[in-house]
Amino acid sequence: MKKKETASAKTRRFISNTIVHVSLAVLAIIWLFPIFWVVLTSFRGEKGSYVSSFFPKTYTLDNYKRLFTDTSILNFPQMFMNTLIIACFCAVISSIFVLSVSYCMSRLRFKMRKAYMNMAMILGLFPGFMSMVAVYYILKAIGLSEGSLIRLSLILVYTGGTGLSFQIAKGFFDTVPKALDEAAFLDGCNKFQVFTKVTIPLSKPIIVYTILTSFMAPWLDFIFAKVICRADAKYYTVSIGLWRMLEKEYIDSWYTCFAAGAVCVSIPIAILFVCMQNCYVEGMAGAVKG
Amino acid sequence: MSNSAEKKGRKKRVNYFATPYTVANAVKDGGMATKLSMLIMGFGNIVHKQIIKGLLFLALEICYLVFMVQTGFHCIAMLPSLGDDAGGEVWNEAKGIYEYTAGDSSVLILLYGVVSVVITVVFVLLWRGALKSAYKAEYLTQRKMHVNTFVEDVREMFNENLHKTLMFLPFTGILVFTVLPLIYMISMAFTNYSKEGDHLNLFDWVGLDNFVKVLNFQDSVGQTFWSVLGWTIIWAIFATGLNYIFGMILAIVINRKGTRFKAFWRFCFVLSIAVPQFVSLLIMRTCLQPEGAVNVMLKNLGIIDTSLPFFTDATWARVTVIIINCWVGIPYTLLQVTGILQNIPAELYESAKVDGANAVVTFFKITLPYMLFVTTPYLITQFTGNVNNFNVIFLLSGGNPTPVGSTAGKTDLLVTWLYKLTIEKQYYNLGAVIGILTFIVLAAVALVTYRNTGSYKNEEEFM
Repeated sequence: MKKKETASAKTRRFISNTIVHVSLAVLAIIWLFPIFWVVLTSFRGEKGSYVSSFFPKTYTLDNYKRLFTDTSILNFPQMFMNTLIIACFCAVISSIFVLSVSYCMSRLRFKMRKAYMNMAMILGLFPGFMSMVAVYYILKAIGLSEGSLIRLSLILVYTGGTGLSFQIAKGFFDTVPKALDEAAFLDGCNKFQVFTKVTIPLSKPIIVYTILTSFMAPWLDFIFAKVICRADAKYYTVSIGLWRMLEKEYIDSWYTCFAAGAVCVSIPIAILFVCMQNCYVEGMAGAVKG
Repeated sequence: MSNSAEKKGRKKRVNYFATPYTVANAVKDGGMATKLSMLIMGFGNIVHKQIIKGLLFLALEICYLVFMVQTGFHCIAMLPSLGDDAGGEVWNEAKGIYEYTAGDSSVLILLYGVVSVVITVVFVLLWRGALKSAYKAEYLTQRKMHVNTFVEDVREMFNENLHKTLMFLPFTGILVFTVLPLIYMISMAFTNYSKEGDHLNLFDWVGLDNFVKVLNFQDSVGQTFWSVLGWTIIWAIFATGLNYIFGMILAIVINRKGTRFKAFWRFCFVLSIAVPQFVSLLIMRTCLQPEGAVNVMLKNLGIIDTSLPFFTDATWARVTVIIINCWVGIPYTLLQVTGILQNIPAELYESAKVDGANAVVTFFKITLPYMLFVTTPYLITQFTGNVNNFNVIFLLSGGNPTPVGSTAGKTDLLVTWLYKLTIEKQYYNLGAVIGILTFIVLAAVALVTYRNTGSYKNEEEFM
């Protein structure tokens, strides 16, 4: 009797596992399809954006070659470097900002805390780039809107408001047991040491998340970049460059190069993701409890 | 903070941070040195042997005064008129020629005026701080208590006052790049800064006229506003709800015990984030055009005869953007939710299992309450983020299809409409009004939900 039950439970588990895996596979294909499509297009021999078949008729590497050598109209290598530099600075500065503000909100108790949280929420409700025009004028007034200082102004713009997006990291810090802090205080740590030596090491996933999102901001944004760079093509970020490749006058000759560019942009970010995936594996609960 | 204390605190506000060192006390009980600090910042600190601190305060005061005398007063004085000089030709008697003068630029006058006002407000706060600090030094000296040296003050910045150290730079960033520009743009809503009536160079205050125009059902701008607002709210609800629910289910399915290759599945979905949103959206836009890849292939396969109107029919376009937004958003939810799901105490699940609860019951009794508790603020951010979701709409449909003669398309959200009005059509004042109205709508939704969530009221505890 007992044996029979476990057998039927086993088959039930097998069926549900199969359903889960099949549906996951279908979903994964849907999610990966556009990526697959870009990669194929980037190797396509025929020019132009209109295609008649899913698989290219001829394969070529010319799109990549042209992307990195034809710098007369759209200087992609330069744009790539611009964005990479900006993104690295953003990743460091924004993460420090976000983590320190989140720690303050989660662990420290001071007079303006609730006021700050309310302010952050109120500011978050305004459309992000409503202030864009004003930001440009401010940068111009400080003298950061010309030449290589454009890079600096982009970094400033991308990091300036990050102190407001503390909610997610704060929520995470809230779940780290307070007893650990108290133990550290007893051992003679001051609050700063508790932050750097207790909370930070226990918060790997959220740190990874913060760094990734901050690193990606410059790759994703193109509105601010467009407004701040104006016509100064030397300081364009990749997003403006890729956007321009799809404009009417370029799309026919640059469409496949656009796909190649998209692949190149995605590679650094994808590598980062793959490397930091491990931080998301389970056992977090165990690590905190330990 | 226990629950009962919190409840009491609601009825009778208990100030947990009460100190004797307030501005009122300083004015009332402060001695000569403190009173003088009102004029010469830092004087009280210097007298009571906090020399470096005192000098720092003094230096700040001097900086502010120099700034105000040189430019600040002039800038603030120009604010009410916003400049009258249209510029043009002026007869120069000495040289005997006409000279062109630039005239006033209202945009810059407004900006400099707002900056000066903000600097003044910051200075007033500093002044209060200096006064309190002077009073504290005096208070402690009188009672023969220890007055902190500069080194001790610095050390304090990493312990008791750690929040000041950590928050200083982020807060400055917010002030300069968020608060200041916002004040500037808000004030623009009360002017006639638009290409209408040639007010791009010189403009004036017009009070609430713009708001009346936008909210008016009879006006064409007003009608556009209400229809765009309706679609914005529908969009935000669908985009947020679908992403959250499906993202969480996906995360749970991947994390459940029986699922194999967890890392691989997660990788598949996360990879779509690794491709910048911008890129994937542009690709989808190109593929979904009337003559784009999807239509061409469907036609070749003989499934359809005419192109599917992905972005040319209003309903099609709306459904398309919502579905594509799911494609964009679910991996993000997955990524964020996975971390939190792993934080749910394993004992809860174990005890539920002992009590004989099945997967569905566990989900509704443990997972969902926990997730809602932790992620309500996240949900609200998502909702506001979707109302202000510029990228998806702008890159995918560009707001199209646009009816002839209208400034907004059928898939335009308030933000994309704002963009079109300001950047493309140069109706800066109407753009600012729409920004403010967006804010009001969101504020109403968010304040009510946020204040009623568990994690705001009792953020120290769960269960």
